[in-house]
Amino acid sequence: MKAIFRFHGGIHPPTHKAASTRTPITPAALPSKLVIPLHQHVGIRAKAVVQVGERVLKGQVIGRPEGRLSSTVHASTSGTVSAIDMQLVAHHSGLPDLCVTLIPDGKDEWIEHGGVDYKQISHTEVRHLLRQAGVVGLGGAVFPSDVKAYSNKHKIKTMVLNGAECEPYITCDDMLMRERAHDILRGAEVLRELLYAEEVLVGIEDNKPEAIAAMRQAVIDDQHEHMRVISVPTVYPSGGAKQLIRILTGIEVAAGVRSPEMGVQCFNVATAYSAWRAIRHGEPLLSRIVTVTGNVDDARNFEVLLGTPVDELVTQAGRRPDTDRHIMGGPMMGVQLPAATVGVAKATNCIIASSPALFPPPQPALPCIRCTRCAEVCPAELQPQDLYWFAKSNNFGKAQEFHLFDCIECGACAYVCPSHIPLVSYYRYAKSEIWEREQESQAAELARERHEYRQYRIEREKQEKAEKLAQKEKAAAAAKAAAAAAAEKARLDTPSDPDADPDDTMQLRIEAALARAKEQAATTQPKNTDTLTPQQQAEINEIDARRARIHASAHHDAEPKNE
Amino acid sequence: MLKVMLALIPGIALYVWYFGPAILVSITLASITALATEAAMLKLRDRPLKPFLSDNSALLTAWLLALSIPPLAPWWLVVVGTTFAISVSKHLYGGLGSNPFNPAMIGYAVLIISFPMHMTHWLTPHALGGVELTFAEQLGYIFNGALPRGLTLDAITMATALDTMKTQLHLGLSVSDIRDMPIYGRLAGQGSEMVALGFALGGIYLLLNRIITWHLPLAYLGALFATAGIFHLVDPAHYVTPLFHWFSGAAMIGAFFILTDPVTSPTTAKGKIIFALGAGILTYLIRAFGGFPDGMAFATLFMNICVPLIDAWTQPKVFGKKGDGK
Repeated sequence: MKAIFRFHGGIHPPTHKAASTRTPITPAALPSKLVIPLHQHVGIRAKAVVQVGERVLKGQVIGRPEGRLSSTVHASTSGTVSAIDMQLVAHHSGLPDLCVTLIPDGKDEWIEHGGVDYKQISHTEVRHLLRQAGVVGLGGAVFPSDVKAYSNKHKIKTMVLNGAECEPYITCDDMLMRERAHDILRGAEVLRELLYAEEVLVGIEDNKPEAIAAMRQAVIDDQHEHMRVISVPTVYPSGGAKQLIRILTGIEVAAGVRSPEMGVQCFNVATAYSAWRAIRHGEPLLSRIVTVTGNVDDARNFEVLLGTPVDELVTQAGRRPDTDRHIMGGPMMGVQLPAATVGVAKATNCIIASSPALFPPPQPALPCIRCTRCAEVCPAELQPQDLYWFAKSNNFGKAQEFHLFDCIECGACAYVCPSHIPLVSYYRYAKSEIWEREQESQAAELARERHEYRQYRIEREKQEKAEKLAQKEKAAAAAKAAAAAAAEKARLDTPSDPDADPDDTMQLRIEAALARAKEQAATTQPKNTDTLTPQQQAEINEIDARRARIHASAHHDAEPKNE
Repeated sequence: MLKVMLALIPGIALYVWYFGPAILVSITLASITALATEAAMLKLRDRPLKPFLSDNSALLTAWLLALSIPPLAPWWLVVVGTTFAISVSKHLYGGLGSNPFNPAMIGYAVLIISFPMHMTHWLTPHALGGVELTFAEQLGYIFNGALPRGLTLDAITMATALDTMKTQLHLGLSVSDIRDMPIYGRLAGQGSEMVALGFALGGIYLLLNRIITWHLPLAYLGALFATAGIFHLVDPAHYVTPLFHWFSGAAMIGAFFILTDPVTSPTTAKGKIIFALGAGILTYLIRAFGGFPDGMAFATLFMNICVPLIDAWTQPKVFGKKGDGK
């Protein structure tokens, strides 16, 4: 028996898992349309590679990854692309994103595909396959798996396979482990080899005995000698990657540190399963298991095509009429969907139909009395009462000093708060304010640089103008003198002739004017940047470089921070 | 807060058993005053009445204050103390959750500084068999200030066990001589030791129900015991036993009910221990060498001032940042 470790705090909310585990996983009915977001993963949005009106086959690429951190998006079934436009998506921002709308033709016709034996190809090729198949973390973080399954600088000792599933109501991983344990572990073995990890520790909460038994049997059946299935105590949030790593290995991965730096990498069981389907069977990630529960008559897990509208899915579970909203994820960390029309995405592990009876509106918040129940349950070992105080008083500097960004937003604090304070909302508010201010200060810095450069330029132009003026005056004086001399000479050469042709005089004047102009052109400095001193040029170069740097960093920080 | 009040009941019941029902009058009086003041302050501050009146926090303050005041005291003493506690020390600082000082102890401090005479006339326990007032006569004194003919206040009241000890020691008696006086019981004051025991029982109920943690009461009683123990060992003739200190005055109610006010005590475990140790030592020093009969209130208030500092000092290391600074 392997020693397991504890993390600080945690809570024991009612699990509500029984309702959705009574029936096996059921394939959801083919919906009337699919709304497939092109941005279902951490990183850069995939680029649409189909046209409106185009017929696509099941498994055909509709969005190609852009850049290193991105993933592929596929058509979940065969049909016709009816729109590529901004639609509401299942994301906590509530903002619309680019989606491909697909009208299924009902044939469910596959594109040509086939699996490979991963042992016959290089690791790079395996990773490429994962990327092509759109495999991302299905535990909710949706981080591209090909990027995670790579240990270059850091030696990975342990790969953690996360089957804890600690959030109430959610049972998709539980059912997947019960029914498809063999494929999960085969996928885990591929990922282990990609990481060169010595061992795989599978963590499952002890409230899922069937899943634990199935996974243990699969380890024996397939003789996975590097794997151990470990039953961990049921305590929320044991399924948080960092919490599970702590439980299984005793290692604490601090905020801002990536677990590979400490020799551990963590994958969700469903991710391992899709990795196996992608490699061995050539099936890209087209569907996932979604728990549909809450205010429904027939709570269960469905295998759902990505893009299936939530509305159509929940109806199949017998949604009750008093359902007023839908929550994606669990009651602790889940988000309320902006509309029931959004399509199921790779991050959609659970849909809870909610009614006022099931989740009554929160009681009004009372003042914090510093009872520290929150600090007792905080898995990040923060002092939530202090963070609340700082967030509320907009004292963001102090909030950061008290490790605001170590908060994993698990919601345990708000769950136990006797004053019903929505603590996590305060932390999210403080975090977003801090991000915004950072961006503002970067923008201000950029503006300051611009202003300085402009001042410098104005000053330089002024100087140049003054120099030019001085030279012009000098030239004018010289020209005047020359003209006077010429006139004198002419007068002496050609004694005044009252009959002289007035045209000749005019000719002379024109010639003199031309000469003056020529002289002036020769003595005047060309304008601006064409003739800079080396020192001026160096200064300009330096300023340009600085601006480029600021641009680059501002752009980099604007990238999403979640992982 | 309802559970905290429930936990006070054994102590109050023993109080009534040993000293008569007068304490119930001051508790009632304090409760009514507290609710009225709370309502008025909420109204003035434009806050909703219902959630705050029903949170029982004002009532708890009232009960704790009433238990710190001699039961046989003029009615206005209770009213002034409670009004001050609720209005100034609670609401003027921002109401529930924002007050830096324990309101009940502020109320007590105001009274003992402003009306020291009234604060020293404590009831004699039944067991001493002295002259006793009937409940009606007690009410008469509380509301009218009238005592039955031929009786003086001194005849029916006495100083507390702690106070008597201090005064007699100043007069040159030794601890053992003083302990032979009839007002003393097995551990401390006759009757009052049992009331203290009642509060300790209530405190254990709070601990078992995880309303409070062990840090504050244990550290406080430990510090009080240790400090008193050192002095007692060095000079037993002039310094009473640590147990006497435990069961005298406000030590028990303070350890379990007053220091443990979450608003005015530190939030970290380490901070709670520092806070309570300080309060325990200060309580002893004020009792042994100070001018007031008990040191609990001032020790608490003094340590209340230090809470922000203690909290800032004792911030625990967060997840993943305990080891080598990683």
